[in-house]
Amino acid sequence: MSTAELDAIYLTIALATITTVLLLILGTPLAWWLSRQKANWPALVEAVVAMPLILPPTVLGFYLLLLFAPGTALGSAWERLTGTQLAFSFSALVIGSVIYSLPFVVQPLQAAFQRVPNGLLQAAATLGARPLDQFRSIVLPLTRRSFITAASLGFAHTVGEFGVVLMIGGNIPGETQVLSIALYDYVESLQFAEAHRLAGGLVVFSLVLLYLLYRRDRRDSWRVRA
Amino acid sequence: MSQLALQLDCPGEENFRLQVDCQLPDRGVTAIYGPSGSGKSTLLDCIAGLRRPHAGGLVRFRGQNWLADGTFLPPWQRRVAYVFQDARLFPHLNVQGNLDYARARRRGNDGAGLQQVVTWLELEDLLQRTPGALSAGQKQRVAIARALLSAPQLLLLDEPLANLDHAASRQCLACLQRLARQLELPMLYVSHDIEEVSELADHLVLLEDGRITDRGSLLDICGRLDTKLSQEEQAAAIVLGTISRHDPEFGLTELEVEGETLLVGYQQQLAGQKRRLRIPARDVSVCRQKPLDSSILNILPVTLTQIEQHGSARVLLQLALGSQHLLARITRKSAARLQLQVGDRLFAQIKSAALLMESPDHHE
Repeated sequence: MSTAELDAIYLTIALATITTVLLLILGTPLAWWLSRQKANWPALVEAVVAMPLILPPTVLGFYLLLLFAPGTALGSAWERLTGTQLAFSFSALVIGSVIYSLPFVVQPLQAAFQRVPNGLLQAAATLGARPLDQFRSIVLPLTRRSFITAASLGFAHTVGEFGVVLMIGGNIPGETQVLSIALYDYVESLQFAEAHRLAGGLVVFSLVLLYLLYRRDRRDSWRVRA
Repeated sequence: MSQLALQLDCPGEENFRLQVDCQLPDRGVTAIYGPSGSGKSTLLDCIAGLRRPHAGGLVRFRGQNWLADGTFLPPWQRRVAYVFQDARLFPHLNVQGNLDYARARRRGNDGAGLQQVVTWLELEDLLQRTPGALSAGQKQRVAIARALLSAPQLLLLDEPLANLDHAASRQCLACLQRLARQLELPMLYVSHDIEEVSELADHLVLLEDGRITDRGSLLDICGRLDTKLSQEEQAAAIVLGTISRHDPEFGLTELEVEGETLLVGYQQQLAGQKRRLRIPARDVSVCRQKPLDSSILNILPVTLTQIEQHGSARVLLQLALGSQHLLARITRKSAARLQLQVGDRLFAQIKSAALLMESPDHHE
């Protein structure tokens, strides 16, 4: 395997890991909030979260590219703060991936949270548990499996990202050249043997991950599943 | 001061509105009785802090404001425990885990200990079980134990026996009676089963359409003719008696009630014990002369204190037996034929009297 390929693998894993961690931190409160709303307007928030499911990734990438450009408010604020350009950077990939994979983390969590009976939280409250304690001691254990599902889906989906990366990351080896882009490069230059290596590797990785997920989901009937 | 003061105005579903302004005792068992939809659970939710009335309101327990102008203590800051109709055990914890959950978050050190509570509620063999492996009655006993272990100052129970079969319900009721007798823990007990209430309660609050129609001691309320309770088919008076003698030959037990003797089916209890008797109004008839050759054993001299029309064909009578009261439901025709007048001295023939379980009776 070439250094470029190893770089691409490392970059992909780093991107997916950082994205997944950020998604769990941001997605958990968002999913909890969505799961406890009875009014209609939070459906709008749900719709926005779900957009990456149906939009072509290039649409999202196009708007993010405009947003990250050096002249824009975000782009220049980023430059002032970090001294580097946001567009075509690893950070831009992270931001793009977080938005792109958000529904894959929020939706399973929200579905699981919705199935935690409010009555259990009321019981916990009358036994002296504050809201954060209720979440930690009741909601988390009951939905633990959905966190693993959400994290796996978020991770896998980020690994499989192409359109957004192409638009906002470009193709800089060691900085923004992730596996899917490297594969595209091989195909473009007709290096099919190398392309097979990467493509086949991704197929096996995805299959193993999803199999492990679904197998695990069949057990433990009392748990709240997504 | 040392009471539970309530001023609540809380809208519920559709046109329902709970409007309550009263002081409830903070000792013994206070039953909140009413038909479904009368606001019983809403009332408990407001007391627990699970529901917040829209405007103002007051919940003050032993001088401490739980809800007042500008104050709303969330449930976890009120020293109140809640036993729900559906137990609500945490499914990811076993019985021991559920009990530990409450113990770890207890809000005082004056509560009962784990071993004690486990013994009281007969949970010794269940500690390692998961809630899914428990029967409805076992679940409810665990829920009661869990509530006690959070060291509450007030225990709310919302129809805890409603989902149980007869045997489980009796066992649970016996546990609750033991607790009521042994603990200095006031309980608010919501129920729509008057027999359950008669076994357990010291005080009775009648709730209808979100309003309190009557409240007072159980014996007083049950002996009155002007309550919704007296209009019910199973209306019954509750009287207190003392077991005086057993008659094993005929399988009977004698009780002394206000200087008179009442016979009931044989009981295992020792003489001298105080017990409640439930005497249904439909099983009491009256006559002017004492019948000498009746098959009915219990014939007591009483004074007619009140007559109330009950439907078109029947009347309800309130009969004084010493300082206690019996109810009798007879036909209007009989009342007319006997020319019954308040103040008449009559004989009450009691066809059946049910001895209730050991009564807590700490209001005496």
